[in-house]
Amino acid sequence: MSTPKRIFIKGNEAISRGALAAGMKCFFGYPITPQNDIPEFLSQALPDAGGEFVQAESEVAAANMLMGAAACGIRAMTSSSSPGMSLKQEAISYMAGSEIPGVLVNVSRGGPGLGDIGPSQGDYFQAVKGGGHGDYHLLVLAPGTVQEAYDLTIKAFDLAFKYKNPVMVLADAIIGQMKEPVVPWVPENLDPNEGQDWGLQGAKGRDPRLIKSLFLDDGALAGQNLKLQAKYQSMRAEVDQELFLTDDAELIVVAFGSIGRIVKSTIRKLRAQGKKVGLVRPITLFPFPSEVLLKLAKEGKRFLTIEHNMGQMVEDVRLSIRTVADSAFHCQLPGNLPTPDDFEEPILKALEG
Amino acid sequence: MTQEIRVTNYPEVLTDRPSHYCPGCHHGTAHRLVAEAITDLGLVDKTILIGSIGCSVFIYNYLSLDAIESPHGRAPAVATGVKRARPDKIVFTYQGDGDLASIGMAEIMHCANRGENITTIFVNNTVYGMTGGQMAPTTLVGQKTTTCPGGRCRENEGMPIRMTEIIASLGGVAFAERVAVNNVKNIMKAKKAVAKAFEYQTKEIGFSFVEVLATCPTNWRMTPLQANKRVETEMIPYFPLGNYKDVLAKEEK
Repeated sequence: MSTPKRIFIKGNEAISRGALAAGMKCFFGYPITPQNDIPEFLSQALPDAGGEFVQAESEVAAANMLMGAAACGIRAMTSSSSPGMSLKQEAISYMAGSEIPGVLVNVSRGGPGLGDIGPSQGDYFQAVKGGGHGDYHLLVLAPGTVQEAYDLTIKAFDLAFKYKNPVMVLADAIIGQMKEPVVPWVPENLDPNEGQDWGLQGAKGRDPRLIKSLFLDDGALAGQNLKLQAKYQSMRAEVDQELFLTDDAELIVVAFGSIGRIVKSTIRKLRAQGKKVGLVRPITLFPFPSEVLLKLAKEGKRFLTIEHNMGQMVEDVRLSIRTVADSAFHCQLPGNLPTPDDFEEPILKALEG
Repeated sequence: MTQEIRVTNYPEVLTDRPSHYCPGCHHGTAHRLVAEAITDLGLVDKTILIGSIGCSVFIYNYLSLDAIESPHGRAPAVATGVKRARPDKIVFTYQGDGDLASIGMAEIMHCANRGENITTIFVNNTVYGMTGGQMAPTTLVGQKTTTCPGGRCRENEGMPIRMTEIIASLGGVAFAERVAVNNVKNIMKAKKAVAKAFEYQTKEIGFSFVEVLATCPTNWRMTPLQANKRVETEMIPYFPLGNYKDVLAKEEK
C-alpha cells in the first residue's frame, strides 16, 4: 500500500490513522459527540487491518474491554468525550493500579454535566490529576494541530508500553473536528514481541501471571504506591513543550492544545507590532513542563495563562514558578469559540502589567 | 494407628494451599469443578481467568492460571477485551450474584448477547458475602440480610432475579444451565455442565453460562449442614435446576 505524502483530514481521523500506524490491534468505542468519527472510521479500517473493533454497551464496558485487551500485552485503545470519560474513570484507576498500558483519547467538550458539544479544556484536572480514585497519574498528551494529533497518538502507544501505564491523548472539539493537512508516517521497528514477557496469554511452560490492583497484605499497598510514584517521577524524562519566541519575551503566555495554537497566531500579530511576547505550549500535561517555566521565571519574565476553562492548568503554572513569580489568568469561557483577536487585549493588558 | 490412603487426586491446576473460604462455603467445590473441566479438556495451558469482586476475588490463589482482576461487575467486559486480543485462548469469568446480577448486569447481558466465545461461572448464594451479608439481587423473598433485616419484601425490593433463564433467552448464547453442588448427585451434574460450557467455548459457537447455587453459611447465620439443606428446600424451588439452552443438544440426539 502506497502512503500518500499529504492527506487533508479531521483531527478525529488523524487520531484513528495514527492508532492504526502505531499497530493498534483492538479498539473499543461508544458513540458520543464530538468523537464519533473515531469509532466510525475504525469500525471499517481496523477490521480491514486485521484488528478487532467492538462497539461496547457503555463507556464503562469499553474502558474495561480496553483493560482486558491491553493486559494481554497488545496495543489497544478507546476514545470518548468528556461525559464518557467520566464513566471510564473506574477502569482507568484499575489500569493505573494494575500497570496496564491502555491508550485513551478524550476529544473533550463543554461541561460540567451534559455541557455542550463545543470545544472546552474543562477536563484538564480530570486528565492530569488522576480522575478516578487513588493516587495515580496518566501520561497526558495535548495535540495543538491535526498533525500533532496523529503524531501524539503514535507516541501514546509507545509511552504506554514503555511505562506500563495508561496514556491519554487530550484533544478537544476544535482539534477533533478541524481539517488540516497531515503527513502520515508509520513508525519503524515496532517490536512484535512487545508485551510478551508480562501479558496474559495462558501459563504454558511458565509460572502463571497475575495482573491485579488488590494489595491486602501488610505493607503491600504501601510498596505498590511507592513503586508507582517512582514511575511517575521517572516520566519526567518525557516532558515536552513548544517554545515560541520566548528568548527575548517580557511576557510568557502559557496555553495548551487548540488554545495554544490560537494564541500563537495572536503572538505573531503582536510581535509585528514590536510587542515582546512569547508562548510556552505544554505538549505533555503530565508530566508538566515545570522546569522550563521556572527557568523562564528566573530570567525575570512575567506570565499569563490562557485556557478554555475557568482556570485549571494555571494552578500547575503557578506551582511551577511559585518561588519567583506568579501567573495572571485569562478565561476563555467554554461554549464560546475564540479567534486570535480575542486574546490581543488580555495579552496586552498583562504585558503592560 | 491410622493410615492415610489417597483415594483421589487434585487436578494439578488447583493449588495446594489453605482456603480462605468459610467452613461449608461452596466456592471450593465450584473452583474444583472448573479445575477438573479445564484439566480434563487439556486447556490449562491456554486458559485465562477473569476474576471479579466479592469473596471469589482470591480465586487466582487457588487456580494456577494467567489471571486478571476486574472491577466490580465488569468481568464480562474485561473478558471480551482479553478474548478479542487472544481469540485462541480459553477465557472465563467467575462471578458472584452481586457482581453479575446487580452492578454488572449490563456487562453480562451484552457479553452474552454478542455471543462472545467465553464461559461464565456464576455463583449464586443469594447474598453479598465479602461485605458482610447484604441483600443481593437473588436474595429470596423473606430472606433476612443486613440491609433487609425484616426479610426481602417483594413490594419494596422486587423479586429475586433468575439469571439463567434471562441469559438463555439471548441470541448469542450457546449453553446455559443451572446446577447445585449440595449433594453428590448434583455435583456430578454440575461437573458435566461446567465441562460442557468449556467444551462449547473450544467449538467457538457462542457464550456459555453455568449458574451454581451455593451456600453462604456465615451470612445465612447457619451451620454448614443447615445451609446445605437450605439449598434443597428454599433455593432450588425458586431457582429450578436444569439446562435452559444447549444449541448442540438436538444434533446430539
